[in-house]
Amino acid sequence: MGKQSIIPFGPQHPVLPEPIHLDLVMEDEKILEAVPSIGFVHRGLESLVEKKDYQEMVYVIERTCGICSFMHGMGYCESIEHIMNVEVPARGRFLRTIWCEMSRIHSHLLWLGLLADAFGFESLFYQCWRMREKILDMFEMTTGGRVIFSVNKVGGVLKDMDEGQIRQILDTIEWIEKELTKIKKTFLNDYTVETRLRGVGVLTKEQAHDLGAVGPFARASGVVLDMRKRGYAAYPELDFEPVTSEDGDSWARCEVRINEIFQAIDLIRQAAAKIPAGDLAVEVKGNPEGEFFMRVEQPRGEAVYFSKGNGTKFLDRMRVRTPTFANIPGMLQTLKGADYADVPILILTIDPCISCTER
Amino acid sequence: MAKVKKSPWVLHYDGASCNGCDIEVLACLTPVYDAERFGIVNTGDPMQADILLLTGGINAQCQEVVKQIYEQMPRPKVVVAVGTCACTGGVFKEAYNILGGADTTVPVDIYVPGCAARPQSIIDGIVKAVALFQQRSDEHDKGIVNGSREGES
Repeated sequence: MGKQSIIPFGPQHPVLPEPIHLDLVMEDEKILEAVPSIGFVHRGLESLVEKKDYQEMVYVIERTCGICSFMHGMGYCESIEHIMNVEVPARGRFLRTIWCEMSRIHSHLLWLGLLADAFGFESLFYQCWRMREKILDMFEMTTGGRVIFSVNKVGGVLKDMDEGQIRQILDTIEWIEKELTKIKKTFLNDYTVETRLRGVGVLTKEQAHDLGAVGPFARASGVVLDMRKRGYAAYPELDFEPVTSEDGDSWARCEVRINEIFQAIDLIRQAAAKIPAGDLAVEVKGNPEGEFFMRVEQPRGEAVYFSKGNGTKFLDRMRVRTPTFANIPGMLQTLKGADYADVPILILTIDPCISCTER
Repeated sequence: MAKVKKSPWVLHYDGASCNGCDIEVLACLTPVYDAERFGIVNTGDPMQADILLLTGGINAQCQEVVKQIYEQMPRPKVVVAVGTCACTGGVFKEAYNILGGADTTVPVDIYVPGCAARPQSIIDGIVKAVALFQQRSDEHDKGIVNGSREGES
């Protein structure tokens, strides 16, 4: 029995650009317990429903998080559209799907880069971010923004893509597919990478289910859970199966995310082939009255948007439950019994987005 | 840009931001934009940092952390507020937990607007900060602090 000590991790830490604080109770090199404290990024954006009307609120919800900002805006809009019985035109739904999957590619590439950085593989980090810049260029071309691009509105989308832009997106994802196939070998077959990831932070299927894990974190443990299968935007018209893995360790999470990028590339191709001509949005009149839970699959997992309207232009309540928040109990479980040197990797494998979590 | 005698070290801290500016700051340091060509180095240690990049507004809980980081940095130092939230509080200004921009807590020298701030404007802010840092460190060598010699008021 060694001596117990507490090592603080964060809030300012080189591994994560965002502030989270953990008190790690250590015995020698092993972690006995991790105690999180959050709230460093809390802004209270849900309370802004009192000051901004339901259409302006789209721009606030988009700024819940800069990485999956498009999906946040979309989830909120879909919840309001359900309350008001608004049918989004088919072209609007397909465009949303394309932007969603592009966001997924950019988010997963960002995560792969940060993971490579966490285990000290600098050149791999730069390779991932080099590929990610191409996707950001496509966002800039189609919407004008790189990370936050406010193209959602209640009732549809604001901007269209023409033939040339869609072709350019297809060319870009083809290039990414080729590059990623090369990088995949390093992530999944390299001996040094494997020693850092294999068997590190195992979460069994039962634990993942009991602790309420979502997204790639749960799917890597064999839980088949993908909100896209519930059908929103144009997903019911596309053909895909959730990507899963069995091992539940950091390596499996890496594998799931890499395969999800390939899946996203496939989904963009399907959507680009099927996209119909037509309107982008319908005009929305009146105010929402009623409540709705919208569940959206983000790169990090399931996000829940609850909106409650009272017939005026200001909503009664708006609630966001983000995937990182659901994954924190699972992360604390994987930290128990881990080595101190693996802490950055274990925190990263849930793909933490602290801005989302604390809103 | 002034001739730089020393490579300033840059520290990035995320106040209460939405993450958009943070990933753009990170994108600046990767090869596509490569802000390190201006002679800066990214660091994680406040005690060795010369330039502080602050993103996001300030809330009640992170205020102490930002103050602490600022105080731990050796003089001379330069603070850059990146993004609209860090400049004024931005879209969250009316939220109950946001005190305002970065200048509510630490003295800000350079403001980089944008939501999210584009890498080009962040690089512009960094270049200005490098020049300002050089000017301040020259003054510091001559014993001038905040425009007046030390010991004078």
